[in-house]
Amino acid sequence: MFAVYKREVRSYFVSAVGYVFLAVLLLLSAAVFSVTTLLRQSCDITDYFTIMLFVLMVALPVLTMKLFAEERKLKTEQLLLTAPISIGSMVFAKFLAAFTVFFFANLLCSLSYITLFVYAKPQFGVILGNIIALTLVGAAFISVGMFVSALTENQLAAAIGTFAILLAFLALGFLNAFIPFYPARFVLNWFSLLSRYTNFTNGFFDFAALIYYISVCFVFLFITCRVYERRRYS
Amino acid sequence: MLKVENLVKTYGRATALGGVSFTVNDGEIVGFLGPNGAGKSTAMNIITGYISSNTGKVFVDGEEILENPTAVKKKIGYLPEQPPLYPELTVDEYLNFVYELRACTLPRQAHLNEICTAVRITDIRTRLIRNLSKGYKQRVGIAAALIGDPPLIILDEPTVGLDPKEIIGVRNLIRALGKKHTVILSTHILSEAQAVCDRMIIINRGKIAADGKTDEINRFIKDNRRYKVTISGSQNEVLPLLRGLSGIVRAEATGERDGDAAAYMIEAASGIEIRKALFYALAEQNLPIFGLEPVGQSLEDVFLKLTGRQEGR
Repeated sequence: MFAVYKREVRSYFVSAVGYVFLAVLLLLSAAVFSVTTLLRQSCDITDYFTIMLFVLMVALPVLTMKLFAEERKLKTEQLLLTAPISIGSMVFAKFLAAFTVFFFANLLCSLSYITLFVYAKPQFGVILGNIIALTLVGAAFISVGMFVSALTENQLAAAIGTFAILLAFLALGFLNAFIPFYPARFVLNWFSLLSRYTNFTNGFFDFAALIYYISVCFVFLFITCRVYERRRYS
Repeated sequence: MLKVENLVKTYGRATALGGVSFTVNDGEIVGFLGPNGAGKSTAMNIITGYISSNTGKVFVDGEEILENPTAVKKKIGYLPEQPPLYPELTVDEYLNFVYELRACTLPRQAHLNEICTAVRITDIRTRLIRNLSKGYKQRVGIAAALIGDPPLIILDEPTVGLDPKEIIGVRNLIRALGKKHTVILSTHILSEAQAVCDRMIIINRGKIAADGKTDEINRFIKDNRRYKVTISGSQNEVLPLLRGLSGIVRAEATGERDGDAAAYMIEAASGIEIRKALFYALAEQNLPIFGLEPVGQSLEDVFLKLTGRQEGR
């Protein structure tokens, strides 16, 4: 499993994808941060956080699009699937690789917060909560992206498909408020990836939300494995 | 070593394999021979666990692949039809990746050096796979299949797209591998299987058409002799003469011409050496022979014969 992980992380930085992802994310993050806090002379990071969610919706599909689509196109998946490793560990290794790159990108973006400490006295808990929330939402996005990448051999289709699904999740969150029927609301709410992070961003550690995001990752990684299992029989 | 029982695989309505069973013994080099679309790659993919069959079982050293996939996959080194290479890696990085992927426990450097020497890629180890020629890529693919020293090596069409020199190199390599490993080699080229394999399994339309030692199959294939003969002289004169010669069962003009000479395809009756009689008969009539060459049977001819033989039984 470690072999697959290592190769994936490496391949991000052998090709341009990793650098482009980092550059674009850092640039946008810095720009958004400057506009929403420094220029406004405010240490309220709610707007920064919300805009960053949208940035991740666009940026993370770029990171996940190649994970399976490329292997399928190059036929290298034949090497992985005939190697003595399970499909589960292959999928998990790829997830961890994309997550690692995203995690460090997120960490680098978080350096912006230091400027707030220079000019004001922000609450450390709130900032840490925001970092954790972005990390969790990002992990969930990555798992969705992996699932879509496993469905196609066209990387562009994988990226656009992932973006569309993430957008649909977002729309579900908005739609929810208009549904009078509670059970439907309850179910839809489960799919709304963007409804759980509020406690984190307020500086509270929300254990339920943590479990929620981990289970979303688990569910999507699981169905990704199922896609592979199914393909063997088709 | 390998036992395959009644493999059936369908894609929608199309049947790729319709009940294939065979056994491969330790140390054999077996040619899996069939025209394109016969089901060779499907069978290889099932044996290596890449895809699943609808029904049937695959045992490697007595272990069933679906029951114990990890252990069985460890025993198989596989080179698919298109070598699964990552273009952005160097040969060394790729081989190290496969070494780790297969959780190999042999001493790393010594093992990889040995393989690289065997497949003759030592001088390109630091090069990017993307920049390699087709022949080198194929050899890197074979090297990857050898990592971990698996007892069973499966090579799917390993010489397709290679130049003649590379083909000879790969064939020699396969013969060398056969000394230490059990090798299954799939190919659609009859002469390749004849040159390399101890035994041939001939598959056609998802079914096994013949299974036997290479010598036996050669004998069977050879007992009808066909020649292409180029004769100077008028066709009206030559054709009746050829047809009238005892021992020739069929003679036809191919339509190829070389000056005043024309090419003919003749088929001698089984077990008859026709060349001497042909020479004297033509010399007597003052018709010079410009060329005479035996025509190998195409795989399609072999299938026709084999399936004909089976139906006749």
